[in-house]
Amino acid sequence: MDKNIQTINQPVNTDFEVRSQHAMCVNKSELDKPLWTNWKYAVLGIAFGIVFVKAEIVSWLRIQEMFRLESFHMYGVIGSAVVVGLISVMLIKKLRIRSLDGEPIIFTPKQFNKGQIFGGLMFGFGWALTGACPGPLFAQIGSGALVVCVTLLSAIAGTWTYGKLREHLPH
Amino acid sequence: MLEFISKPWPWYVAGPLIGLTVPALLIIGNKSFGISSSLRHMCAACLPANIPFFQYDWKKEVWNLFFVAGILVGGFLAAHFLANPEPMQIHPDLMADLAKNNITDNRHLVPADLFSWQALTTARGLIMMVAGGFLVGFGTRYAGGCTSGHAIMGLSTLQWPSLVATCCFMAGGFIMTHLLLPYILAL
Repeated sequence: MDKNIQTINQPVNTDFEVRSQHAMCVNKSELDKPLWTNWKYAVLGIAFGIVFVKAEIVSWLRIQEMFRLESFHMYGVIGSAVVVGLISVMLIKKLRIRSLDGEPIIFTPKQFNKGQIFGGLMFGFGWALTGACPGPLFAQIGSGALVVCVTLLSAIAGTWTYGKLREHLPH
Repeated sequence: MLEFISKPWPWYVAGPLIGLTVPALLIIGNKSFGISSSLRHMCAACLPANIPFFQYDWKKEVWNLFFVAGILVGGFLAAHFLANPEPMQIHPDLMADLAKNNITDNRHLVPADLFSWQALTTARGLIMMVAGGFLVGFGTRYAGGCTSGHAIMGLSTLQWPSLVATCCFMAGGFIMTHLLLPYILAL
């Protein structure tokens, strides 16, 4: 399936970025499963959304506190999430844990390109303005701030514009 | 117990729970944690417009859309059934600075002074919601990921490009907050 995506994308991208772009969204599972089996991801998403709201990670004020160095909260959240993720990944590799479908778990290395700098800075600007990364946008809408739909639509438009201009941007 | 649940959760509870999403997704279905790609799948599904970047079988990545739909429902459940009745505990300096621009709402996760349908008709609201959202969508895809894909998944797997991206996310946030936002808030 990986190969599938790459072949389709090949006309534009022969030399850079294909892997690391896809590493964000690639479905490494080779299995074709019916739609309803995705309920597990919805349940995980619900748990995730609850944590987002309960820990006030989706609060514009908390994000401001982070960038003004007025609170340790967000640094603690991201830092401890990375530590737990790091240990889990080490255990998965060391114990060769397989997925529930019995497939070996694969990690794809990301390739460096200038997009991580330019795009990273742009996202940073947007993060401080909206007080939300993509995940919290969905949680904010769910929590009742329906006007954030505008921000989400604008983010989708931004992604679309990136796709449109991609060949002309430095990578 | 119920009291603990309704209070804001501290970082040492929320952070590890978020970190556990990484092995949970890997074990459930061999999926790499990442949220911003959901925006790409929406483009691929709704308006691919012959753009090569959106020519792929988004249906194979539909798990990601289920995941973000779950986040939306989770946000609803937490806000309606587990809500904290108290105002948020925000650093007094931040509230004092914001009060200069008539922003005083510390009861909502999304301050109503800044993000509302009415605010959308002002220059400040347009910049913060429309331009801000655009930068989030464009920037995350250009960088190849967001806080979840780069900062959490990328750093958990020790990828140095993700460290570069994470540092740039933070640098962008600091630049905006300290150099530009004071002028935007005063609009």
